[in-house]
Amino acid sequence: MQRRIASAWAMGVVKPTSSPRAVRGPTWDGRFTVLILFLPPALLLFTLFVVLPIGEAAWYSAFNWNGFGKPTNWIGLDNYRFVLETRAFWLALRNNGLIIAVSLAVQLPLALTLALMLAERFREAVALRMLFFMPYILAEIATGLIFSFVYDGDYGLVASIWRTFGAEPPHLLASTDTAMLAVLIVVVWKYFGFHMMLFIAALQSLDKSLVEAARIDGATRTQTLRHVVVPLLYPTIRLSVFFAIIGSLQLFDLVMPLTRGGPADSSNTMVSFLYNNGISRMRVGYGSAIGVILFAICVTFAFTYKRWFMRDE
Amino acid sequence: MSSAGARSAFDPAGLFKALFLGLIAIFVLVPLLATLLGGFKSLGELRVNPFGLPRHWEWQNYADILFSARYWQLLRNSLVISTLAVTLTLITASMAAFTFAHVRFFGSSMLLSYLTLGLLFPAATAVLPLFIKVRDLGLLDTYFGVALPQVAFSLAMSVLLLRRFFKDIPYELLEAALVDGCSYVKFFRYVTLPLSRPILATVGTITFVNSWNAYLLPLVMLNTDALYPWPLGIMVYQGEYSSEWHLILAFITLTILPTIILFLLAQKHIVAGLTAGAVKG
Repeated sequence: MQRRIASAWAMGVVKPTSSPRAVRGPTWDGRFTVLILFLPPALLLFTLFVVLPIGEAAWYSAFNWNGFGKPTNWIGLDNYRFVLETRAFWLALRNNGLIIAVSLAVQLPLALTLALMLAERFREAVALRMLFFMPYILAEIATGLIFSFVYDGDYGLVASIWRTFGAEPPHLLASTDTAMLAVLIVVVWKYFGFHMMLFIAALQSLDKSLVEAARIDGATRTQTLRHVVVPLLYPTIRLSVFFAIIGSLQLFDLVMPLTRGGPADSSNTMVSFLYNNGISRMRVGYGSAIGVILFAICVTFAFTYKRWFMRDE
Repeated sequence: MSSAGARSAFDPAGLFKALFLGLIAIFVLVPLLATLLGGFKSLGELRVNPFGLPRHWEWQNYADILFSARYWQLLRNSLVISTLAVTLTLITASMAAFTFAHVRFFGSSMLLSYLTLGLLFPAATAVLPLFIKVRDLGLLDTYFGVALPQVAFSLAMSVLLLRRFFKDIPYELLEAALVDGCSYVKFFRYVTLPLSRPILATVGTITFVNSWNAYLLPLVMLNTDALYPWPLGIMVYQGEYSSEWHLILAFITLTILPTIILFLLAQKHIVAGLTAGAVKG
């Protein structure tokens, strides 16, 4: 029971009721002990390993530096200019755009449709939900390797289908025309289940009486869906869009085992571009500039989106 | 349920629905099953028969990996790093969350928003400076060098989830305890933590899965093969056995198996944590 309440609460079904009121009994000393014992570890770790490095990225991006000794070769904004003058960077940016587009146009509608079909608790639905969620649990690296087998031109599944039609199998991941498309399919395969679960959680906490009222008023099943259920899901849809975009901007692990960003940079994302050009060659200034650009895009997007679409939440 | 009753062979909508679900199920299952079964085939058979059941079951592929020291070393490294990350996250996050939930002090909400901002930061931005910091601290090529940044990046979400739960513990309980002379620390240790097992399990599982599957941080922080967690190890393995797909597939299967077992055991916590975390945003 305890667990039930906890998870219902964790799913956002039950809203917290009690909020701390003014403390009466305890002394300042008691609070002081907790403050100096309990807060510093978390704040220290967070500051040291998250906040400072992000600030340092901005600082390092003004240097031509290989990471050894102290950064001394100040070049101002040149690193940003170099990044923006690289064709591969714009390719990577375009690819992130493609990933966002596919997430919004294919993945989310698919997830929503499946959620509407599987929100009710009959046995097949529970089994299918788990099956569809499975890819999300797998590591990106494992997923990428599985699909590099699927796409393999000699041994893979796609090649074998091609051969049954008597055609010479393509090497999808090795061609600049198809590599990105192949990556996009894996993105959908891996992440649609997560969004489906978000929608299912939302559907299960919907106020059923509204749906019943619509049915009693004579609305058909489709009408109820379109005019009652889906509008009630808007907050979750907005959130799902938010997560899809933020996630798409940071995609990396999945690309590495599939293509490493190649061939000829055709399937780089911003992070794999950062890795290939900044980290693996230890060009700290250049890599940091890419990181800062990514940071600016993510944070600008997050604040704008929250402001425009998620004001009430 | 009505829709379960509505599904009959003569219902076109039901038929369409079943077909659609079936197609998606195939789309998800085929790559997974082909991986599992591919590990039981010889390379020659894999080429002509990548889809079907193996005509001759090559148990040896799996046995070779299971009896190799390398496989167990990868799992052990992953286990050590993830356990470190989970333990440190639970300790630091629960203490911070308790303070934010129950202790009023000047700047409390400001500090909480400061932590919350961590949800928005892309880890990739920090990774180069993080490498330099970890190097300067002498933690490069150590388990801690990977685990500590992972803890730091998981703190924002963990503190938020725990704090929301802690706040639901009846305030009268804390008041009564304090009046009776119990300290905040004792209350935390003997009341809050035992009452919060479900949410601690959820936060712990999510941290574990994230750490277990992580690639970028270990890639940057570790140079010694002997310390590699499995996502790094499997990439190296794939590089060595480049086109011997039957062995690579067996290796992949054996490395995702622990993930799947964990998922089946902790399914409730994983789903609850991900959706709750998501809903919080």
